[in-house]
Amino acid sequence: MNRIALKMLFGDRGKYLGIITGITLASILMIQQPGMLVSIFTMTYSFITDVSLPNIWVMDAKVQQIDDSKPLLDTQLYRVRGVRGVEWAVPLYKGSQKVRLSNGETVMSNLLGLDDATLIGGPAVMIEGKLSDLRIPDSVIVDEAGANGRLAKPADSPDGSPTPLKVGDVLELNEKRALVVGIARAQKTFQSQPIIYTTYTRAKVYANSERKMLTYILVKAKDSEPREIIARRITQNTRLAALTAEEFKKKSLNYMIYNTSIIINFGFVVLVGFVIGAAVTGQMFYNFTLDNLRYFAVFKAMGATDQTLRKMILLQAVLVGFVGYGIGAGATASFAAMMGNSNGPSVNLSWQLLLTSGCAILLIVLMSALVCIRKVLKLEAAVVFKG
Amino acid sequence: MEQQQEVATRPIMTTGGHKDAAVLCRGITKSYGSGETQVKALRGVDLEVRPGELLMLVGPSGCGKTTLISVVAGILDQDEGECLLFGQNLSRLPKHERVRYRGEHIGFVFQAFNLIPSLTAAENAAIPLLINGIPMDEAVQKAALLLASVGLEGREHALPSQLSGGQQQRVAVARALVHSPRLVVCDEPTSALDQVTGIRVMEGLKKLAVNNDRALVIVTHDARIFSFADRIAHMNDGAIERIENKR
Repeated sequence: MNRIALKMLFGDRGKYLGIITGITLASILMIQQPGMLVSIFTMTYSFITDVSLPNIWVMDAKVQQIDDSKPLLDTQLYRVRGVRGVEWAVPLYKGSQKVRLSNGETVMSNLLGLDDATLIGGPAVMIEGKLSDLRIPDSVIVDEAGANGRLAKPADSPDGSPTPLKVGDVLELNEKRALVVGIARAQKTFQSQPIIYTTYTRAKVYANSERKMLTYILVKAKDSEPREIIARRITQNTRLAALTAEEFKKKSLNYMIYNTSIIINFGFVVLVGFVIGAAVTGQMFYNFTLDNLRYFAVFKAMGATDQTLRKMILLQAVLVGFVGYGIGAGATASFAAMMGNSNGPSVNLSWQLLLTSGCAILLIVLMSALVCIRKVLKLEAAVVFKG
Repeated sequence: MEQQQEVATRPIMTTGGHKDAAVLCRGITKSYGSGETQVKALRGVDLEVRPGELLMLVGPSGCGKTTLISVVAGILDQDEGECLLFGQNLSRLPKHERVRYRGEHIGFVFQAFNLIPSLTAAENAAIPLLINGIPMDEAVQKAALLLASVGLEGREHALPSQLSGGQQQRVAVARALVHSPRLVVCDEPTSALDQVTGIRVMEGLKKLAVNNDRALVIVTHDARIFSFADRIAHMNDGAIERIENKR
């Protein structure tokens, strides 16, 4: 009878497509929104992830998250280096600076000043040029998204399109010359600003109006002790905040969660997706069953057991759930692939998210099926004799 | 208790009752609703249908014909009395056994055909076999043979919407007979058909359905087909008023 159940389902094409559409939309909302939320969360600490070599971040005690810049005096670096358990410590400048384009427009960019000697904190993936090219005078490395996007050379004519920055091009950074010596790939940040890498010393020149320049001290802890203990020791000795990379990611993420309404907004959309999905799917599936009630009564009269009828309805429900979810997940994956190439947040499709949303869809179709099964099982087979 | 004894000892109006009867009902009562709105659909009906017989139940609308065949077919429980189907008291069987008995031994033809629109003629006719666990391919093959015997050879793959009313009812007849049931119950099988088509359906039904091991009960008020009956039970106000022998 399973094939009969499926033929009944496919036979009513309008309702079948309607149910599939309902589940597809619910799936999209329940996958895309949390996926985007996870992506935004990841972006809040993507810079910490990118700078993978050091395992402790030292900063002003008032810093609340990665983009909250409260610079230190350069002398703090030497104090940190003197703490027991610190293998090495290097400075890092992180701040926003203006880049003037050839058409006069200015673009705020994220300027990163790396330790001159080691270049620790630099991009992991170079697309053009070498990290060591930063030792060339006035040199900078620009991230790929910035080079192709907001820092691209403006078109000469109104109808033309901007030309991506390439090695050898010159930028005007805070009214100073900056020679592009490389293009790098970096994870998207929450601010979505272009990222410009240079040396710490040169960053001081570009941002010369600031008295304190040391945003972070990047520390590599010795392996002899847990890094948490060394971080606590740095805090005790210097009165600066010292957090392991994981702790700093968590702190940045918590700041986003507790100081914005992002969870509530995204959560509400997901809830709406679930409720609308359940309502539309439930209603349409129930209507489909009502339309076929007479035939279920015929099956009952002809000797179909309750078990058989239950299986038929469950099969129909699970199938529409499976197809609708498949289309929804596929559409979201396509959307995620498109978003992946943009500067904005993409959609992070983890297996946990797919499993959770799949379970939510399964719950919706099972709830719909249960209501329909109840209706069919309570049906009096004798109705088949009514004209 | 007294009431049950009274029912058991009451003489059957038709032949006095025979233990080999296809259908043997005694003192069947059935009411719908309760209190002031209660409607007595059956008021102590006695009925016997013999194997190999075509019995028609006739009477005005609302006289209880459909309720009676629902009880006979085991899809509605009577309030009082008992009804045996080839010696089997369906109301005393557990629900799942009653359902299984119905699936194996009873065939149905409905006034509104009740063919599933998205299934082909052969698939519609195969449904009782599928319910009894026969694999789809085998069931459809068997159904196609029966469709040929009701004059629908070559129309196995047609959807109900591609068939005329008479053809649809012949598919329904094939569906009622495909699993070789012992009792075939028909509710107004010709009321939606014109005279010529109705007669053709009845000829097919009588030819294929009636044999020594099988009985046919038809509810109708279509006087055009009365001539096909072996006996006609006239019902009125929930009771059988008289039995008319046609053979």
